[in-house]
Amino acid sequence: MARLNKETLLDWYRQMVLIREFEETCQQLYNEKRITGVYLHLYSGHEAVGVGAIANMEIGKDHIITAYRDHGIALALGVDPNRVMAEMMGRVDGVSGGKGGSMHLASLNHHFWGGYAIVGGHLPLASGIALEAKYNETGAFVICFVGDGATNNGYFHEAVNIAGVWDLPVIWIIENNGFGMGTETSRAAGNPILHERANSYGVKDLGRVDGQDVMAMYEKVNEAAQHVWSGGGSAMIEAITYRYRGHGVSDKQYDTRFSEELEEWKQNKDPITVFRRQLEEKYKDIGSELDDIEAAQREIVAKSVEFAENSPFPDTLEQLYANVYVEES
Amino acid sequence: MASRNLPMREALRHALLEEMHRDESVFVMGEEVAYWQGTHRVTRGFLEEFGEKRVLDTPISEMAIGGVAVGAAMAGLRPVAEFMTINFAFLALDALVNHAAKIHYMFNGMFKVPLVFRAATGWGDQATATHSHMPEPIFAHFPGMYVGTPSNSADAYGMLKASIRDDNPVLFTESIGLYSKPGPMPDEDEDFILPIGKGNIVREGTDVSIFTYARGVEWATKAARELEQDGVSVEVVDLRWLRPLDTELIFESFKKTNRAVIVEESLPMYSFGSELAAQIQENCFDYMDAPIKRVSAHDVPLPYSKYLEAMALPDSDKVVAAVKEII
Repeated sequence: MARLNKETLLDWYRQMVLIREFEETCQQLYNEKRITGVYLHLYSGHEAVGVGAIANMEIGKDHIITAYRDHGIALALGVDPNRVMAEMMGRVDGVSGGKGGSMHLASLNHHFWGGYAIVGGHLPLASGIALEAKYNETGAFVICFVGDGATNNGYFHEAVNIAGVWDLPVIWIIENNGFGMGTETSRAAGNPILHERANSYGVKDLGRVDGQDVMAMYEKVNEAAQHVWSGGGSAMIEAITYRYRGHGVSDKQYDTRFSEELEEWKQNKDPITVFRRQLEEKYKDIGSELDDIEAAQREIVAKSVEFAENSPFPDTLEQLYANVYVEES
Repeated sequence: MASRNLPMREALRHALLEEMHRDESVFVMGEEVAYWQGTHRVTRGFLEEFGEKRVLDTPISEMAIGGVAVGAAMAGLRPVAEFMTINFAFLALDALVNHAAKIHYMFNGMFKVPLVFRAATGWGDQATATHSHMPEPIFAHFPGMYVGTPSNSADAYGMLKASIRDDNPVLFTESIGLYSKPGPMPDEDEDFILPIGKGNIVREGTDVSIFTYARGVEWATKAARELEQDGVSVEVVDLRWLRPLDTELIFESFKKTNRAVIVEESLPMYSFGSELAAQIQENCFDYMDAPIKRVSAHDVPLPYSKYLEAMALPDSDKVVAAVKEII
């Protein structure tokens, strides 16, 4: 377990604030048509899930993969915000050279195997990555984020089952934010208690965790890591969280359809507010340090926008055709 | 070259064995590849030789087979994943075309996906509509993955070895009708690699070119021998690869003979033949002495009844007839 000293906790706070600031800036930039395209899925409201989980990773050794709501994961891992923002805008300095966009961020150095946009499509990839860890006995595990919607398609069944059969070191974290696109989880899942599915596959069921509480999230994923390290194979967690924005930015109905519920979560269960309260209880006079962190993150995001807008668009035929195939084997 | 005469399934088996001995990161996975020794017997004896670590039986889970291979390849292994038949690969279509083929590009070269999907393909055993397919052109539609399909033992051996060593994803399809067909094979110690994307002139001729692959080569060669009796000189070109397509070889052959018949075991609509005819027309128009003819299966799902099935499929007689129409 990481040492949960003040420095560590402040770093988690920094990551969460950075993600929120980045995401809300993306929304703003989209409204201003400075970020274009139809797909931009924001992580606002989920910050504690990503940050608490990633805090258990040895970055560059352990592996991580997620779906299209991937900006927060990249930032929590420490991927350069400038290059993440440049990818949002499709610029050459983007992490994927402007070819991936919002949904396809990745970083080889961080063992961040990417965001994927086919619902559930990345789940068997997680099992495959875990197979390599087992095959080469690296001692690494894979964190795979799974949206609640993805638990209802065939990929979930096949990927989790094969991880169960082969005892692969995967921590499946279901991010249950209550909606698969615009459909409530309860209207899409025969059994809406999603973590219970683990039992069907011989995967360790670690139950639900409050995904708005970064401390709780950290501890629950640590329990999963202990299970994986003990050679017990994969484990599943259901993190209960909430989405502050629509499924994607083009989803205009969400805020009005669920405004009352949304306000309730924002007022009483906001992960950043919850964590700030925990820190203020634990450390006296920490307020100004937290304020400084917030100001610094605003500055970082503002600079990322500047960096991105100064980066050129790829626009040559050579760039269009680059990397269809690995040229030299 | 010919020091052994082996059926294609044995050629494939030897290629796999040798590559697994050469490179620790190569492993095989698929339905019944381990304890059952492979449904097509290509992995016979592998479990005993390499153990459970490198010979993995999977559940009947094609989406998982496809996706697990992609993830393992990204992380540094070199999976050779078997689909018992190409029909089952349709269940994994997303893993193949959305993931295997696109990941290198989508992440701008950050990740490599060095895997081989092997799949049995073809029709003609009354396997009925859902188990009778030669759908290679569907997969060859997508940039990012190579698609190869051998016509004989030596090619199967050299092409599979090249596929396993390549850093790109490869769909390698094996015509069921050829598995048991013996053919000459090079010595085991030869580093016999047939480069990806290179076709082969099986038989030289001057009057007409037949472009084909896999089992079509047999029908084309038989037709060529018959036509020779009538004084028609036929060039038979085995493309070996549907992607990358050896257009240089195709155009060169066409410019020599000025006539083309395209033979495909597959269906006619949006097919290998459609693509080839278009490319020849666009690139060799000044050399055309006759319309390009296509010999394909009939445009129907394959029926069970053996007479109907035979009627639906191409054969050497149909190839002879097509050549005679344009000579």
